[in-house]
Amino acid sequence: MQEKAQQGGPPAGLEALPHNSAMSSPLFEASSLSKRYSEAMVVNDLSFAIAPGECLGVIGPNGAGKTTTIRMCLGLTVPDAGHISYCPGNGTPRLHMPRDALAIKAQLGVVSQSDTLDPDFSCEENLLVYGRYFGMKDAQIRARIPQLLEFAALAHRAASRPGELSGGMRRRLSLARALVNDPRLLLLDEPTTGLDPQARHLMWERLQLLLQQGKSILLTTHFMDEAERLCSRLLVIDHGRKIAEGRPRELIAQHLEPDVVEVYGAGGNGEARMLADSSLKALAARVEISGETMFFYTQDARPLLAALAAHPQLRTLHRPANLEDLFLKLTGRQIREDG
Amino acid sequence: MNQSVWRAPDLSRRWWPVFLRNLLVWRKLAIPSLVGNIAEPLMWLVAFGYGMGALVGQVNVSGTNGSTQVPYIVFLASGSICMSAMNAASFEALYSAFSRMHVQKTWDGIMNAPVNLDNVVLAEMLWAAFKALFTVTAIMAVMLALGISHSPKLLMAWPVLLGAGITFSCIALIFNALARSYDFFTYYFTLLLTPMMFLSGVFFPRDQLPGLVHDFSEWLPLTNAVELVRPLFMDQWPAHPLRNALVLLAYTVASFWLALALTRKRFRA
Repeated sequence: MQEKAQQGGPPAGLEALPHNSAMSSPLFEASSLSKRYSEAMVVNDLSFAIAPGECLGVIGPNGAGKTTTIRMCLGLTVPDAGHISYCPGNGTPRLHMPRDALAIKAQLGVVSQSDTLDPDFSCEENLLVYGRYFGMKDAQIRARIPQLLEFAALAHRAASRPGELSGGMRRRLSLARALVNDPRLLLLDEPTTGLDPQARHLMWERLQLLLQQGKSILLTTHFMDEAERLCSRLLVIDHGRKIAEGRPRELIAQHLEPDVVEVYGAGGNGEARMLADSSLKALAARVEISGETMFFYTQDARPLLAALAAHPQLRTLHRPANLEDLFLKLTGRQIREDG
Repeated sequence: MNQSVWRAPDLSRRWWPVFLRNLLVWRKLAIPSLVGNIAEPLMWLVAFGYGMGALVGQVNVSGTNGSTQVPYIVFLASGSICMSAMNAASFEALYSAFSRMHVQKTWDGIMNAPVNLDNVVLAEMLWAAFKALFTVTAIMAVMLALGISHSPKLLMAWPVLLGAGITFSCIALIFNALARSYDFFTYYFTLLLTPMMFLSGVFFPRDQLPGLVHDFSEWLPLTNAVELVRPLFMDQWPAHPLRNALVLLAYTVASFWLALALTRKRFRA
């Protein structure tokens, strides 16, 4: 903290953020980031920190500022205000963006939203060429290639070009490429978007493995099950602002009733609305209607389920509240312009 | 907090792995690209040089020791090799660089590693110049085989053509930074390079040009490259080597700076 004060860093009010108490020295820290493109505030006073070995998830609707935030973390976009620093460990002083951009990036691994693999190179050559950008010697990289391909489950496709691989294989190759310099922190921008369930589960497995090895991860995603599975802590952002932060289960407990009963309007909207207005509503703490579906949020679903039994024509689903409920509650159900 | 896009270039040895990347891709496609690179200029040379040459006969070239008569094929060969350097560098710094920058997002991938934009632009610039050098080397080999010139001073033409390649790749990178799509480059080739080809004394002596156009053409980069290279084909030294070299250098420095500023601006968003 003193170190930051010396550099005239963020305003004093932000020094006392709750996460700081849990982390004596974060691996990566962004404070009070703001970025404006012409009229639009894309990122607005956003602060977060990543502890060593932690997976921090960033979730938010399209256009919430996730990718801009990652670009700022990489020094590719210069923030209008705010501060980004990285702790290289072994007693070396903290590094600061954008001044030490190259030194920080030497210790990061990045998987961006769209693949930037070289289409003319085989998997092996992709890794070799990428390692050279880090100043690694060819022999040093070649020694790592077999284990990287093994990790990506691509050992049998070493000579294939990206165009010959499936979407899941390409994403895993991107991940292997991000690991070529043995980074301490991985920045993953929607690493599983567009993958089928098998490929997604394999990716999750690999990311879990990396966390076990002590790597830290910053992950943006649109998949709430992914966020819940992988992330020890979550940042919910919308319109460039942080609107919630915490452990997934705690966030759900904090913002939502534990039980959800979904009722699908078998008889059309009219009946659903009638139900919502009826005595059923009194049995739920909160009711949301989205199209033909009603969501009853409640502390105890039993009386509600008993009452619904009187309407056998309605399909119902009783489930615990999840991250998706939280996300929709915090960011709304309406479709975004670019969504 | 925001640095100016006009700040001095921040260059280091990190351009080398980017250059090496392009070399590795090219090695896979070298033979077909070689055919494309040298077949067209050679067809021009043979058709025009021998065909037109028979009609034109000798051409007057003024040099260090007054005016000299040279066969049209030598006149054309020495001019067109400069044109080939220009075209090869421009093509690489436009279409190919744009593919890597905009279409394949190769640059984005590279900049996620500890390589900054300035070094990527430098690598692309030197790579385009290397492609130009490779092309002119192949063409020169054919010209030697055809016996168009056997001047030992041709050895000096080699570094001069590399220099011209650097100049033209810097200029092309300005337009690469401004491009929204490949279509934009058609304008560059048809509105800038093609007129320059006709004004720079590649096909006919500049003395044929009307006064004002002649004076203007004096400052074109291709003119200065041709004035440096042509005498070497005739086993003579250029008449104004320093002036020609300075003009090319001015174009190079100004264009690289402008190209870098515009590329930074493009990537700042």
